[in-house]
Amino acid sequence: SGHKSIDDDLYEELEEALIQADVGMDTAVDLIADLRREVKARGVREPEQLTSLLQELIGDILGQETVPLNTGGPPAVIMVVGVNGVGKTTTIGKLARYCQSRGQRVLLAAGDTFRAAAIDQLEIWGQRTGITVIKHREGADPAAVAYDALQAARSRGADVLIIDTAGRLHTKSNLMEELKKVGRVLGRELPGAPHEVLLVLDATTGQNAISQAKLFGQATGVTGIVLTKLDGTARGGVIIGIRRELDIPVKFIGIGESVDDLRPFHAGEFVAALFDRRDKETV
Amino acid sequence: MVFSGLAEKLQETFRRLKGKGRLTEADVDEAMKEVKRALLGADVNFQVVKKFVQRVKERAIGQDILDSLTPGQQVIKIVRDELAALMGGTQSKINVSPKPPTLVMLVGLHGAGKTTSAAKLANTLRKTGRRPLLVAGDVYRPAAIKQLQVLGQQLDVPVFSMGDRQSPVDIARAAVEHAVGTGRDLVIIDTAGRLQIDQEMMDELAAIKAAVHPHEILLVVDAMTGQVAVNVAEAFNSRLGLDGVILTKLDGDARGGAALSMKAVTGCPVKFAGVGEKLDALEPFHPDRMADRILGM
Ligand SMILES: Nc1nc2c(ncn2[C@@H]2O[C@H](COP(=O)(O)OP(=O)(O)OP(=O)(O)O)[C@@H](O)[C@H]2O)c(=O)[nH]1
Ligand SMILES: Nc1nc2c(ncn2[C@@H]2O[C@H](COP(=O)(O)OP(=O)(O)OP(=O)(O)O)[C@@H](O)[C@H]2O)c(=O)[nH]1
Ligand SMILES: [K+]
Ligand SMILES: [Mg+2]
Ligand SMILES: [Mg+2]
Repeated sequence: SGHKSIDDDLYEELEEALIQADVGMDTAVDLIADLRREVKARGVREPEQLTSLLQELIGDILGQETVPLNTGGPPAVIMVVGVNGVGKTTTIGKLARYCQSRGQRVLLAAGDTFRAAAIDQLEIWGQRTGITVIKHREGADPAAVAYDALQAARSRGADVLIIDTAGRLHTKSNLMEELKKVGRVLGRELPGAPHEVLLVLDATTGQNAISQAKLFGQATGVTGIVLTKLDGTARGGVIIGIRRELDIPVKFIGIGESVDDLRPFHAGEFVAALFDRRDKETV
Repeated sequence: MVFSGLAEKLQETFRRLKGKGRLTEADVDEAMKEVKRALLGADVNFQVVKKFVQRVKERAIGQDILDSLTPGQQVIKIVRDELAALMGGTQSKINVSPKPPTLVMLVGLHGAGKTTSAAKLANTLRKTGRRPLLVAGDVYRPAAIKQLQVLGQQLDVPVFSMGDRQSPVDIARAAVEHAVGTGRDLVIIDTAGRLQIDQEMMDELAAIKAAVHPHEILLVVDAMTGQVAVNVAEAFNSRLGLDGVILTKLDGDARGGAALSMKAVTGCPVKFAGVGEKLDALEPFHPDRMADRILGM
């Protein structure tokens, strides 16, 4: 802003903006290097053009197309995974409504049998959307819940089955094994299932999200990301590095706590928001 | 571990510094670049990093340590000491009111760990002889009340609830009366997750504060939080006046850079660290250990 020419200060300012949006030092440095190269190659002279050029470069990494949910089945089986408190259960409520609004018959599975009142929480989302929740007791084997839910989904002719799982830190190998088992049981009953493993990432998370994506990816073969809590001041820039390194697409974003607060991911909108200065207006 | 490559690099830099008999300003600059990278990789706030590196540089160059016998070691020591200092001394105590009950209120963003930490705190403080009452002040999140009730049951600690049709302000007020009537000397109020830019929801917290005057308002912060941590702490602090911070989910591989800025921004220390989902997984916070962790040492 206010730069007369394209100089080091301007590049540094852009790098800072990236870092403040949680893009991370390494990715930010690489992006700025790419930007310098493009500026040269295209003979760009106007400082005002740099931001849009940078946005274009990031857009190229993220992909301009919105990536749809994988289909399969029926039922198409969607497993929702992630660390504690990122918004898995809430996302399931919204996703159920999204599928419903596209004319699909949905069933939910209360696969978090660990956290206090997690089953009750999902049941409230079931009530809000008028969707049946298959559940066992607290403490039950999540793989058994998934198995029963898949049977129920088949016998009821559901198009989509969405399975909640307990939050877990990606570094806890016993808990990651438990998650793998859920996937194995589903795959044995219905070849190709789960068709979609959605990793929920909280936009307020910083560089640790890379580690989350890596380890959940290794354990469960994550097929897409849902980036939640983008209604706050966080930008979620870490997904750029995740796309670059691990090639996992973001499929949806969460922008609130209500049933309609889920949107398909659009790289263009996301990238534009990366550079706006919302965070300056606090209470 | 995600940052282990960086940690190695940093240690290599420090080893190199240690190995040198004599350091130039350029050596220090080079080392500071690595430190900056490490801190940003640990999600320390960008502005904080800038100022921090500047200060360390000034100290390193200003104190004639470049001419000392072990300049490298001294630079490392400055970095670690400054980090620990930034996070404040060890202070994990809760302000106890001379006139019971002591009121503690937990606030923070969605999913940070408030409800779980409320139960953990009740568990911890009960072991010091307190008689806690947990208060279900989140009337918004689906099954938030039930969650606290289940946790209370696990601990055999009473949970005060008026359902989800009353205002959290009225609930807090009634809870304090209930505590007085039943001889509870510690009231821990759980509140709903909220965005720091949500004016209406922030007003609600201010109204609870005005109604019951908590002795201790604790901000619960997820250790994996990125660059917004500072902004969030600033907003909660300026609206409510915080007394401390609980840093959660430190049982993973989070470097916890968010911890670093909390003291600087709010003026109050991180008092506890959450290190697991179980109700005994709450520990006093140690700035020096945190400094090592942030640096990957
Ligand atoms: N502002 C906002 N809040 C959200 C969003 N998504 C979820 N939340 C809130 O985040 C908190 C945690 O959401 P949950 O759905 O319980 O998260 P979870 O990942 O299932 O949590 P665990 O099962 O405990 O691991 C709740 O208070 C939700 O209302 C979002 O997009 N925006
Ligand atoms: N691994 C780990 N998980 C934790 C820790 N503290 C809380 N959690 C988990 O984080 C998730 C969210 O915790 P809650 O206590 O529900 O968070 P909250 O701030 O009350 O959430 P909202 O009320 O929705 O804003 C749950 O799955 C907890 O079990 C911790 O220290 N370590
Ligand atoms: K969080
Ligand atoms: Mg959940
Ligand atoms: Mg809660």
